[in-house]
Amino acid sequence: MSNLITQNEIVSDDWTLVTLPKVDQEVRKQAGKVVLFKLTGENTISAEQIANTQIPATGKILVPLSVYLARKSELATRIAKQEVGIWLATHEVLESLPNAEPDLNIFPLIAVYVERFADGRIFSIGNLLRTRYGFNHTLRAFGDVLRDQLFFLKRSGFDSYLIRADRSAQEALQSLKDFSQPYQGAVDDKQPVWRRLNRSQNNVA
Amino acid sequence: MYKYDEIDQQLVDERVAQYRDQVRRYIAKELSEDEFRPLRLQNGLYIQRHAPMLRIAVPYGMLSSRQLHKLADIATKYDRGYGHFSTRQNLQLNWPKLEDTPDILAELATVEMHAIQTSGNCIRNITTDQFVGVAPDEIIDPRAMAEVIRQWSTFHPEFALLPRKFKIAVSGTKQDRAVVQMHDIGMEFYRDTENKVAIKVWVGGGLGRTPILGTVIREHLEWQHALTYCEAVIRVYNLHGRRDNAYKARIKILVKALGIDEFSKQVEAEWLHLKDSPNTITEAELARVAQHFEAFDYATLPAHDSSFDAAIASSAAFNAWTKRSVHPHKISGYRAVTLSLKPHGKAPGDATSEQMHVVADLAAEYSFGELRVSHEQNLILADVKLSDLFAVWEKARAYGLATPNIGLLTDIICCPGGDFCSLANAKSIPIAQAIQMQFDNLDYLHDIGELELNISGCMNACGHHHVGHIGILGVDKDGSEWYQVSIGGKQGNDASLATVIGRAFSAEEMPGVVQKLIEVYLKERSDEERFIDTVRRIGIAPFKAHVYATTESKNEAAHV
Ligand code: HEM
Ligand code: SF4
Repeated sequence: MSNLITQNEIVSDDWTLVTLPKVDQEVRKQAGKVVLFKLTGENTISAEQIANTQIPATGKILVPLSVYLARKSELATRIAKQEVGIWLATHEVLESLPNAEPDLNIFPLIAVYVERFADGRIFSIGNLLRTRYGFNHTLRAFGDVLRDQLFFLKRSGFDSYLIRADRSAQEALQSLKDFSQPYQGAVDDKQPVWRRLNRSQNNVA
Repeated sequence: MYKYDEIDQQLVDERVAQYRDQVRRYIAKELSEDEFRPLRLQNGLYIQRHAPMLRIAVPYGMLSSRQLHKLADIATKYDRGYGHFSTRQNLQLNWPKLEDTPDILAELATVEMHAIQTSGNCIRNITTDQFVGVAPDEIIDPRAMAEVIRQWSTFHPEFALLPRKFKIAVSGTKQDRAVVQMHDIGMEFYRDTENKVAIKVWVGGGLGRTPILGTVIREHLEWQHALTYCEAVIRVYNLHGRRDNAYKARIKILVKALGIDEFSKQVEAEWLHLKDSPNTITEAELARVAQHFEAFDYATLPAHDSSFDAAIASSAAFNAWTKRSVHPHKISGYRAVTLSLKPHGKAPGDATSEQMHVVADLAAEYSFGELRVSHEQNLILADVKLSDLFAVWEKARAYGLATPNIGLLTDIICCPGGDFCSLANAKSIPIAQAIQMQFDNLDYLHDIGELELNISGCMNACGHHHVGHIGILGVDKDGSEWYQVSIGGKQGNDASLATVIGRAFSAEEMPGVVQKLIEVYLKERSDEERFIDTVRRIGIAPFKAHVYATTESKNEAAHV
C-alpha cells in the first residue's frame, strides 16, 4: 500500500524518483563520531554523477535539482507536458532553483528530501518556496518523514508527505490535526490567532 | 499575571494528548530511542543518571500561589517531595517515572502550566528580571511582550527543529538583571527619542563550551516588529547554523563565523520580506496581554512604617535579613523580598514540597497571590508591605527560607552536576555545600560582602561559572573529579568573562581555595570595594600567587 499522503488523503504515487548514481563517500568523522549532517551549501555531488544519472524516457519524473540545473535543455519538452518535478536535499542551495527558473509553477511537484528527522531546515525551505518564490503546486516532504513532523510541515507549506516506509501513513494522518488553533501566523494560515479570532472578548475576570 | 483563555487552554490540553500518545508509542516500541528523544526533549524530559528529569516551564519566572501549591503536590505525588529551581527560572523534578509524565503534564495543564519547549533544539523559555514590574529603575515592564513572544514561539512550525537550543531574554531596566548579553537573542526595551517603546537587540551570546557575550545587531527596533525580526534572525540561523557538530551549533558560532556585519546583512535582507507581515504585533493584541500585568491595587502608604522600624531596632537577625533579602519597590511602603533557597549545606535551588506550600501561602497572604523564580535560583515575593515584612520573615525563617545570604558568597548558583546529570565531569552540589559550611559564620559572610560564586559540573556551563565573580568548573582528569577555578566574571551591563587562575584542584581543596581568594581580597580591598572590583583593579596575579603558594607547598608535603 502507498505511504504517500497528499491533501490529507493516502494516494498512490505516480512519480518516479530519479536518483544520482551512488559513489563511495568518505565517512566524515569528528571526535570519533560519524558526522550526520551535511552543511548548507556543501557540494556533495560531482559532475560525473550528474552526467551519469539515468533519466527514464517516459512518465512523470522527479529529478534532482543538480541534474535539472545541468541538463535542463534535455527536459524542455517534458516540462511542457507537466512531467517534470524537482527534488532537493535540505543542505542544497534553494536559491539556485528560482535563479535558474523564475516561474516555479512550471513544475507540478517540488519535493524536499530530509535525511534526518532532526533537520529543521526543511521547514524554512518549504516556507521560502511558498512565500518568497510563489510556488503553488504540490510540495512534498520525503526521507526521514514521521508523523510527529507533519503538523509543522503542513504549517510550513507542505501538502504532501511520503511517510518513511516502515511506518503507517494511516496513523500519521492523525497528527495533521494535533493542534486546532496554533498561535502564530505561518504559511498555511498567515494570520496569528489574535487576527484569526477575536481574542479580546475573552477578557480578564 | 497572564491567565489562559480557551485558546491557550486548548493548546496545552492538546499537547498533553499528543505527548501521551508519543509516550504510548515509545513504550510499545513503535518509536525508537532516537526517534523519541527529540519528542520528549521538547516536552522537558531528559533521561538522566538515576531517572528521567522533567523540566517544567515557568514563563519569565512568574508563578501564582495556586500553581506553586500544585507543583508542591506534584513533587509529593510523583517525586521525592522536592523540586529544583533552575537558572532558567524553571522547576525541575529529578525523580519522576517516564510512565507518569503524561499524568504530570495533565495535572499541570489544570493550573495553566506545561513543559513545552523547556529543552530540545527549539526556542526555550523566555526569561527576564525577577523584579520586573516593581523595580524602581524599570523603564518598561517587558512581561506583556515576553508573553506575546512566548505564544509566538510555542510550536513555531519553522523553528521546531533548530540546529541547537535557542534562548531569548527580555529586560526593561537601567541595570540589566536578565543577562541579555548571554542569550541567543537579548532584547533590551527602552524609550526612544520620540518616547516610543523600542528594542535594542543583541544576538549571539551564550555560555557553554565557547562563552561569548552577545553583540548588538540592531540599536533600534520598534516593538511591533519584535516577532518578525526574530523570525528573520532565526531563519538565517535555521538555514545556515551548523548541524554537523553539536558544540558548534549555537547561533553564537554562526555569528562569529560570518562576522556581525555579514550576519546582520543577511538578517536585514530576510527581514525586508517579513517586515509588516501578519505576525507584526498590533496595539490591540499587546493591550489584551498587557491588561494581565497591570499594577496591583496597591494601598497608599507612607514611606516609613513604625512597626518595621521597631522590629529592626529590636531584632538583629531580622535587621541582617532585611539588608540582604529586602529590595526597593517603585511603590511607597512596599518592598520585594527574596526567599533564600540557599540554606548552608543544602543543594542550591532545592525546595521541599512543604516549603513550596509555605511560600505559596505567604504569597497569597502578603503578596497578591503571586511570586517569581529568580535566575539565581531563589524565590521572590514582589509586593510586600513594609509592615508585613516581620511576619513574612518569621514564617520564612521557621521553614529555612530566610538565610540572610542573598547576593553573598553562599548564595551560590549551582547546576545539578554529577549527582544527577549524565554529562557531568564532576559533582557540583557537594562543592557548594562544603563552601557554604566553610563560610557559615554570618558576620564574616556579611563582612566579605557581595560576591557571586557559580559552579558548573562541566563545560556546558549550566551553572554560569564564566560569569561568576568566582567560577568553579568540574573537569575530568584521568577519570577523577577536579575543579578549575576562575575569577573576574560578571553579569549585568558591564558583563565580563572570568579568567582561569591555574591548575585544577581536588574536591577537598576547594573550600580552602575559596578561603584563600577571600583572604587576598580582604587584605587588598579599599573602602566600598566588592570582590569583583578588587579583582578588576589588581588583576588575578595576587590571587594566583596566594592560592598556589600555599597549596603547592602542602601538596609537596603530602607527596613526601
Ligand atoms: C540535569 C540535566 C541537564 C542537562 C543534561 C543539561 C544539558 C545542557 C547542555 C548540553 C548545555 C550546553 C548547551 C550548549 O552550550 O550548546 C547546557 C547549558 C545550559 N544549561 Fe543545562 N542541563 C541540565 C540541567 C540544567 C539545569 C539544572 C540548569 C539550571 C540550573 C541548566 C541551565 C543551563 C544553562 C543556563 C545553560 C547555558 C546556556 C548558554 O550556554 O547560554 N541546565 N545544559
Ligand atoms: S553544567 Fe554539565 S554537569 Fe552541570 S547540569 Fe549542565 S550539563 Fe550537567
